[in-house]
Amino acid sequence: MSMFLDTLWLIPVFPLLGAALMMLLGRHQYLDPQEAVGPAAHGHHHDGGHDQDLRPRQGLRWLIGPLCSGFVLLSFLWSLGAVLAGRREQVLFTWVAGLPFPAFDGRTVTLTADWGYLLDPVSAVMILMVTGIGFLIHVYSIAYMAHDGGLYRYFGCLNLFVFFMLVLVLANNYLLLFVGWEGVGLASYLLIGFYFKRKTATDAAMKAFLMNRVGDAGYLLGLLFLLSIFGTLRFTAMEAAAHPLLPWATGLLLMGAVGKSAQIPLFPWLPDAMEGPTPVSALMHAATMVTAGVYLIVRAEPLFRLTPEVGGVAAGLGAATAVAAALMALTQHDIKKVLAYSTVSQLGLMFLALGVGAYWAALFHVVTHAFFKAQLFLGAGSVIHALDGEQDLRRMGGLRRRMPQTYRTMVLGALALAGAPGLAGFFSKDSILTAAWAASPALFAAGLLTALLTAFYMGRLCLLVFGGEYRGGRHVHESPKRMTVPLWVLSVGSLGAGWLAGPFAAWLGASPEAHSWSILAASALVAMVGLGGAYRVYGGGAGEGWADGGGGMVRWLRGGGGVDGLYARVVVRGLARGGGEWLAAWDRGVIDGGVDGAGWLGRRLGAISKWNDTWVVDGLVRLTAFSVKASSFPVRYAQSGMAQSYGVVIVLSLAAMAGWYLWRSA
Amino acid sequence: MTLDTLFFYAFTTLTLGGAALAVTRPSAVHAAIALMVSLLGVAGLYLQLTAEFLFVAQIILYIGGILLLFLFVIMLVNLDAGRGLRQFHRRWTVGAAVTAVAGVVLAVLGSRVQLPPAQRMPETGNVELVADTLLQDYLVPFEVVSLLLLVAVVGSVLLGRKRA
Amino acid sequence: MHYVAVSLVLLLIGTAGLLLRRNIVIILMSIELILNAVNLNLVAFARHHGNAAGQVFALFVIAVAVAEAAVGLGILLALYRNRETVQVDEIDLLKW
Repeated sequence: MSMFLDTLWLIPVFPLLGAALMMLLGRHQYLDPQEAVGPAAHGHHHDGGHDQDLRPRQGLRWLIGPLCSGFVLLSFLWSLGAVLAGRREQVLFTWVAGLPFPAFDGRTVTLTADWGYLLDPVSAVMILMVTGIGFLIHVYSIAYMAHDGGLYRYFGCLNLFVFFMLVLVLANNYLLLFVGWEGVGLASYLLIGFYFKRKTATDAAMKAFLMNRVGDAGYLLGLLFLLSIFGTLRFTAMEAAAHPLLPWATGLLLMGAVGKSAQIPLFPWLPDAMEGPTPVSALMHAATMVTAGVYLIVRAEPLFRLTPEVGGVAAGLGAATAVAAALMALTQHDIKKVLAYSTVSQLGLMFLALGVGAYWAALFHVVTHAFFKAQLFLGAGSVIHALDGEQDLRRMGGLRRRMPQTYRTMVLGALALAGAPGLAGFFSKDSILTAAWAASPALFAAGLLTALLTAFYMGRLCLLVFGGEYRGGRHVHESPKRMTVPLWVLSVGSLGAGWLAGPFAAWLGASPEAHSWSILAASALVAMVGLGGAYRVYGGGAGEGWADGGGGMVRWLRGGGGVDGLYARVVVRGLARGGGEWLAAWDRGVIDGGVDGAGWLGRRLGAISKWNDTWVVDGLVRLTAFSVKASSFPVRYAQSGMAQSYGVVIVLSLAAMAGWYLWRSA
Repeated sequence: MTLDTLFFYAFTTLTLGGAALAVTRPSAVHAAIALMVSLLGVAGLYLQLTAEFLFVAQIILYIGGILLLFLFVIMLVNLDAGRGLRQFHRRWTVGAAVTAVAGVVLAVLGSRVQLPPAQRMPETGNVELVADTLLQDYLVPFEVVSLLLLVAVVGSVLLGRKRA
Repeated sequence: MHYVAVSLVLLLIGTAGLLLRRNIVIILMSIELILNAVNLNLVAFARHHGNAAGQVFALFVIAVAVAEAAVGLGILLALYRNRETVQVDEIDLLKW
């Protein structure tokens, strides 16, 4: 078995191979003759496969999906072998060799980082989850995406996603983790914008990328703090010790995690990310991407233990996110958005657990959540697939008889998420609640409220989709086997994973608080109340309830709590206008100042250049330039478009450099 | 006045005179001919500097290659139609002033440079010397230049296509 | 070094042509003149230092000049096809 450990490095290589194959050869006409056709032309989410032009089995196209799935399966089997064989830290090569770097306190530390992998219980859990659930989603995608163009792009990016996630969780230092961190950002950008002909999709991709960048900036800064404090970035070499700068470091890491895991205030990208194909949402929400933030904090556990004040912030953010996102999920009409906000809310619960120090509970919830959230998303995909791209809950209903497989698995997933006793979500949520109770009654109350809301909106979702009578007007058919089988496989996890809480904690070396029966009972009661409430409101098959109306509060929640508008006002407009002015000021102050500082020749250069440029600009420029004049005053004239005015600048620069040389040597 | 000095001044006159004509003649064809004279003068200076290989390269590449290219383009574009137009930029004073400034600064710089004592060229032939230097010390840049030329070829073919 | 003086004057003539003329072909020729000035300098210093490195550099410069001329003239042709002009101050699409 140690063969698997010796070849630990192979685990990420398999999906990388698939991605490389697809990216390099994918456009070949035998592989994907339909790339030119592109995604659904008629606007909605999914092609439905009724286009006569699309012949799914043309060329070698059928091979793409199985091939890429095979790579992920190999990766999964390899991970399984390695995990069963034990633990290992494997350094492949020195990646960054001794880069001197000024620390914050004036010392110079050397940045050394290996390209190395660390297999310990935490990363073992993660790689099994990533590859296992990733594989099921790949298999599901074969059928789901059969009729879309750009299949090679889809599977290539999917494999790339898995690869970067594996690098992220296997990394043995923070810098390599950052590689995977950025990589999943890139892969998610590519996949969210998969239907690149749709403006909303590309916008959503951009939004996801930019919001993640905010968090990434925090991560990177945190990295520099860590390096300054410890002088190393390797997990196993980092000896946690209190340090006055440590709260900064963990706080910034938390910022990174907040961005990646879509917590308040950086959550709006996740619901928008629903623009991507549904299996991508499943992958992003269940196994990869958003769990990265939780993983990061679990990985940095020794540091966070030393800075409980940062943990408090995490718990507060998590509690607020959990409740707010659950309320938002309640009001959505779009089946995928319900699930998306539900993910945000569940991630909030995980952050709550992290904040109160129950790291194993957070990780446990990651795992169980991966099972049932993947199941729910794939089930939703199955529904959407059957309804030819319909995503509005108000035009569903009565699908129980028409799609029995999807119905059973999805309700099971919903019950697991709602925390019905005995299912996976019940146990993981209970461990979080137990930990929250030990920390603070307020956090416990927030968790309990979230559980109540969760049960309610999952009940609403299921009743609106499957209960009552069908409210749309399409021909509905059950999805093919390749889509339902992964659903059933995931059901096993949703059913059984919860019972493994004890062994799981033991394996991670955690000592969970003893179960309290009263908390168990409260949790079960809350789930029942939520589900019952949903049944009371939506059980009649009405398809409408108080959460579906157009009241101001409801609309506000449905729009994501106005955060988007806030960003539009503050960041977008503020940056567009204020940033322009700021840049202009910067140009005036710093660049011109630099020119002045270069001596008399430099000043003369500025004067002559300005004088010269005034004649180059023609009348049209003056006419259109009025509005932007204030914000771009000095730099605009340098861009006249006249090749010779550039030549003048070049020659003057030459003269200036020579003159500076003279002036210095004189 | 030795023969060397005589040759130096002759070639210098060719070079500078040709260059001056090249940038002042209104007709592009005349300018190209003047440029050829100037480049020949430079080639002669190379010969004076015992750079025989470059002398040959200059004549073959510059005069045989680049200049021919210029003449081809001049014919293709029918540049002589522009003879009657204004030849110099409207604000030629700016360019002249900038050139003068650069000239003064560079001249002062040049006059102040202190050179190390001159050394003799090795006795081996110039072609061997260039070949040794080029293919031993500068092999990688040499290869990179070949790549650059390839890119240039592809690029100009692409630019020159009828429907670009 | 007289050669350096010659090179400087050649450079200035080239610069003047580059900045003053309106005809793109002649501007390109001026660039060739500038490159030649550089080459002359390089070769002169190679002679002075007694090795061939400067000459090799001059060779590289010639290769770059060839590439530059080919691409420049290609651009010129494309421009002429589209704009029917080779006067540089009538071409200002490079702005912004």
